[in-house]
Amino acid sequence: MNLTEYIKEKRIKKDLLFMAHLVCGFPDFQTNKEIIQIMVEMGVDIIELQIPFSEPIADGPTILKANQLSLMGGTKVKDCLDLMKEVSTQYSIPFLFMTYYNILFCRGIDIFCQETKKAGGKGLIIPDLPHEEGEDYLKSCQANGLSPILLMTVNSPPERLRKIAEAGNGFFYCVARRGVTGRKTQFSEETITFLKRCRQATELPLAVGLGISRREDFAFLQGKVDIAVIGSAILRVFEKGGLSALRNFLKEFQ
Amino acid sequence: MNKEGYYGRFGGAFIPEILMSTLVQLKKEFYAAKNDPTFWQEYVSLMSSYSCRPTPLTFAENLTQHFDGAKIYIKREDLNHTGAHKANNVIGQGLLVKRMGKKRVIAETGAGQHGVATATMAAKFGFDCTIYMGEVDVERQRPNVFWMEQLGATVVPVKDGTRILKDAINEALRDWSTNMDSTHYVLGTACGAHPFPEMVTYFQSIIGKELKNQVLEKEGRLPDQIYACVGGGSNALGIFSEFLEDKQVELHGVEAGGKGLESGRHASRLSSRDGKIGVAQGYKTFFLQNEEGQMKETHSVAAGLDYVGVSPILSYLKESGRVIFHAATDNEVIEAVKLAMRKEGIIPALESAHAFAYAFKQAPKLSKAIILVINLSGRGDKDIFTIADALGDEDWKQFIKDKAKTYESH
Repeated sequence: MNLTEYIKEKRIKKDLLFMAHLVCGFPDFQTNKEIIQIMVEMGVDIIELQIPFSEPIADGPTILKANQLSLMGGTKVKDCLDLMKEVSTQYSIPFLFMTYYNILFCRGIDIFCQETKKAGGKGLIIPDLPHEEGEDYLKSCQANGLSPILLMTVNSPPERLRKIAEAGNGFFYCVARRGVTGRKTQFSEETITFLKRCRQATELPLAVGLGISRREDFAFLQGKVDIAVIGSAILRVFEKGGLSALRNFLKEFQ
Repeated sequence: MNKEGYYGRFGGAFIPEILMSTLVQLKKEFYAAKNDPTFWQEYVSLMSSYSCRPTPLTFAENLTQHFDGAKIYIKREDLNHTGAHKANNVIGQGLLVKRMGKKRVIAETGAGQHGVATATMAAKFGFDCTIYMGEVDVERQRPNVFWMEQLGATVVPVKDGTRILKDAINEALRDWSTNMDSTHYVLGTACGAHPFPEMVTYFQSIIGKELKNQVLEKEGRLPDQIYACVGGGSNALGIFSEFLEDKQVELHGVEAGGKGLESGRHASRLSSRDGKIGVAQGYKTFFLQNEEGQMKETHSVAAGLDYVGVSPILSYLKESGRVIFHAATDNEVIEAVKLAMRKEGIIPALESAHAFAYAFKQAPKLSKAIILVINLSGRGDKDIFTIADALGDEDWKQFIKDKAKTYESH
């Protein structure tokens, strides 16, 4: 089953799917596995594993720091692929890689896509690679049966949204506000209009991410999109209260 | 250029989707301004009344005699307002900001020169101004932080990453991703996403345009060799770009050799074997990075050259063979500063002194018929703390100690 089919099938029983994020190797790979187990138990539907990069320009302070600490701890791309392999074998939900383009570029785009596929990854999110620059990447994703998940943003004009819709696959990651990860998003009329514009551009599922941290955010998004994404908030909860706090936090969204 | 924003296989615009429309708007405004003949006139006229343009071309008679080889000229960008070529780019972008109707500017800075220039421009044009500066640079360049704040800018110390220039660029990009509607990002060098490399080169090309006229007037012909230091690459492209088609003019870029290329502690992306093609901070070029694509720490005595990437235009000109790249070590640079001071009464910035150091090596080997031009991109009095330390000046150390005591007793 491909990613889109998985999402559509899940959506029959569930109004809004939950995608969670974590940074590979932060605080360490053993803890990553424990976090993933809790996420799966608490009903998370998709997990994105971020391969750390030294220059994460789309990330705010929380995820940025986790990237740095992971790299200082010696995290290598191979370690992230090993984690992907282990958890994608163990659990039935889809796992994605999120990272920056240079990681793919330096490893070889084809090699990286083949390795990801072999490790059981379903798709990729590369926030600093606009589709115009991603010709090789998009081809390689297609050749390897991976979904290239592209971003749609409040600043993308209709014409551009259409082009993004043509180039992407799996689902689209809608960024409902300006800025980087981690800051709170105030949903508004502008958000609703924006999500309608995304809906018009594609029939594939839509996810909303950046600044989602509360039950109310989920309530707002229900019926408007297919997936809600939580990233920084999970990291903050974990850093403050450890695994048990994380479990309680995720429970709120069941 | 095969694809928009590309120079050979370098350049491009690798930027989060949220900023793409802002880049489109910037491109539109930049090309409209470039095609408007009155815009360049307005720019030149402002630079002649607010800065010191045209900057002189100085015949370095004593250095020429000293080396007994090539005839040495110095292009005096140190005489610009705020003391460096940075003013050219900043004032140019300031005029664009006015055309775009934005009210706030942000910038990154390493040594602080670009930050001071941006804060100066913001004060003159009435913009709000925020400068991002790595915490390490804030500590080692306090005088520039002082001036930026006095000029009305907010200086934000960046505590993430390696806490130097590249981290300041990342933080400025994050601000821009949030505030693009009100804010223009005044990138300080010919790097970053398209159209920045082209735009910064366009404004800096005033250096080479002036030089061409000046050298023709003085010598009746073009120079044989031009030397410029290379950090991001804006002063080098500024002086080179006008001569790219004049194949008889040799163009030499000099990077930071730090403790020596063998030591691994340098910032030589093009002249060492350590540079590898990658994509970061919005563009594709040679970076100093590890095999996985993680950026390395760089080193230079000159904060303004201490950077992992380099202009995609220069990467292209390296591959095409049009520009030849070299490195000068920290020690060679200090010696070059000393010689320039004693022989010509000129204090070059540590950055610019890299060009001097390499040109000084070549000058004695060249015939007297050869005309050589060095771009003096900035003045060195800003580096008084670093230069005094490098020279080990005891009286200066005592002065600092005594000065500190006067604060303690208050």
